[in-house]
Amino acid sequence: MKNLSVASKALTVLFAAAFLAACSGNKEKEQAEAEAAAQRAAEEAARQAAMEQQAAEEARIQQLQAAVDAAGNVLYFAFDSYTLSADATAALDTHIALLQTNDVKVRLEGHTDERGTREYNMALGERRANAVRDYMTINGIASYRIETVSYGEEQPAAYGSGESNWSQNRRVVIKYQ
Amino acid sequence: MMRLALLFCCLLAVVNPLRAELVIEITQGSDNPTAIAVVPFAWGEAGVAPEDLAQVVQDDLRRSGLFDPVARQDMLSRPSTEQEIFYRDWRATQTEYVTIGRVRLVDPQTLQVDFEVFDVLRQNRVLQGSETGPVSEARMIAHRVSDAVYAKLTGIPGAFATRLLYVSVTRVANDRDFYRLTLADSDGVRPIVLLESREPILAPSWSPDGREIAYVSFETTRPAIYRQELATGQREQLTNFTGLNGSPAWSPDGNSMAMVLSKDGSPDIYLMDLATKRLTRVTRHYAIDTEPTWMPDGKSLLFTSDRGGRPQIYRYDLTTGLTERVTYEGPYNARARVAQDGRNMVVVHQQSGQFHIALMDLQRNRLQILTSTALDESPSIAPNGSMILYATKSGDRGILAAVSADGGVKFRLPSREGDVREPAWSPYMGRP
Repeated sequence: MKNLSVASKALTVLFAAAFLAACSGNKEKEQAEAEAAAQRAAEEAARQAAMEQQAAEEARIQQLQAAVDAAGNVLYFAFDSYTLSADATAALDTHIALLQTNDVKVRLEGHTDERGTREYNMALGERRANAVRDYMTINGIASYRIETVSYGEEQPAAYGSGESNWSQNRRVVIKYQ
Repeated sequence: MMRLALLFCCLLAVVNPLRAELVIEITQGSDNPTAIAVVPFAWGEAGVAPEDLAQVVQDDLRRSGLFDPVARQDMLSRPSTEQEIFYRDWRATQTEYVTIGRVRLVDPQTLQVDFEVFDVLRQNRVLQGSETGPVSEARMIAHRVSDAVYAKLTGIPGAFATRLLYVSVTRVANDRDFYRLTLADSDGVRPIVLLESREPILAPSWSPDGREIAYVSFETTRPAIYRQELATGQREQLTNFTGLNGSPAWSPDGNSMAMVLSKDGSPDIYLMDLATKRLTRVTRHYAIDTEPTWMPDGKSLLFTSDRGGRPQIYRYDLTTGLTERVTYEGPYNARARVAQDGRNMVVVHQQSGQFHIALMDLQRNRLQILTSTALDESPSIAPNGSMILYATKSGDRGILAAVSADGGVKFRLPSREGDVREPAWSPYMGRP
């Protein structure tokens, strides 16, 4: 009997130890789960925030794009002039704001009306494209992102003579690449 | 790749000998043209002659404005030898000179024309000559006969046996236009398309020996200068700089080419040694310097610059390195070309907002406006200095027109289709 009692005591101790061991294991697991849940919640919140931020950024870019679309991609010039008009700089500002949100490249194509010689007009078209390029670089667009090319009077937007046609042809076209 | 393939297809010459793209309309002749008869030439072989050479000669002389050829139906007789000429017949129709000729084959591929010109009043022969060449070049042989007759009767060498380069553009609605660089005889006949592209082609010019041409093409979506050999079609891209690559102008010795580049900031004139491709900068100015052209002695260059505020012609002396202003009359003088005598210079001159072709005598410093239409440009002088070919507008179409150096003779060369521009009259061609 004594032997039995010893055995039962030993068994009790063993159970107790096992119970204790089991209890302590549950506690650690709960803690880990709580931590993971907190992390998941934090991650979820961060993801939400990022999505909201992205959505806000997309909305902002959409707004910028809408402003660019409203401003158009053609800037017009006065006869024999390569000075940017107030309209042209306002339009350009919308393009610059959009260009600052991404790293696409732009091609600036300078054009003139038909008056004057062809090669002189090539040079004038280049001056117009360069005026737009310079305005862009001053406002923070890296020059390697900008390509300029002059078509002179070779590619009129409107055929025919007279100021109504000529005014459409004295232009710089902004092309995204 | 497709574009490249298309381009190379188009580089192969397309010849259409029977059709002239340009039609000549004489709008103003000389006050007192010489009455000349060009009697149909006798054909010494079986069948029909491959080309009506006398008709080519007659048309050439009429186009010069200095001659009033007798219509064939008004000829009372059609002599082909001196013995067959009855001067009385020609006096009756107020004819001053009679041209006769005989055409035969020296061999199956070679044509020969023997021709003579007689003075009706003096009843004597004033010119006798012979021209030979391949049958395929029959029209060019006829143009050489015209040159000889013209030289004898006017004292000025003829420039009929020469060729023209021009650019034509066919508009395509809602798409890119078609540009063509075309080579034709001086009468606009036998057009050959040398290059066809959906991107602009411009500034065609000739090598001094007439064997090569240079031009600017945007086929890479940027301007670049090319040279092209006419006989082989072989071509070489000479420049590919950032910015402008324009106005190629061969030096009179053929060794270098003046051009406009803006790689160093603003458009300036450069010289390229064609053997080494080495560049020398000629002008160095923040203004627009463009449209270089050589004085015939090759010692100086004329160019357009707006360094004085508005475009004017300047001269750069290659020996001294000095630049002087050449034009002072009017607010705008641009794109000079100089006659072979080095004395007459033609420019685009602005007056009352209109652009005309003007001729300036460089010795007397006198400027004379030759044309009266509003958008005249790209003047090119015949190698004999007699006529100036230029581009103008008729309605909203670009056409070519010509005016004599004295302003007395005018004709137009409207195109059957598209806009035609930038004529370049060849130098005298080497004989085959």
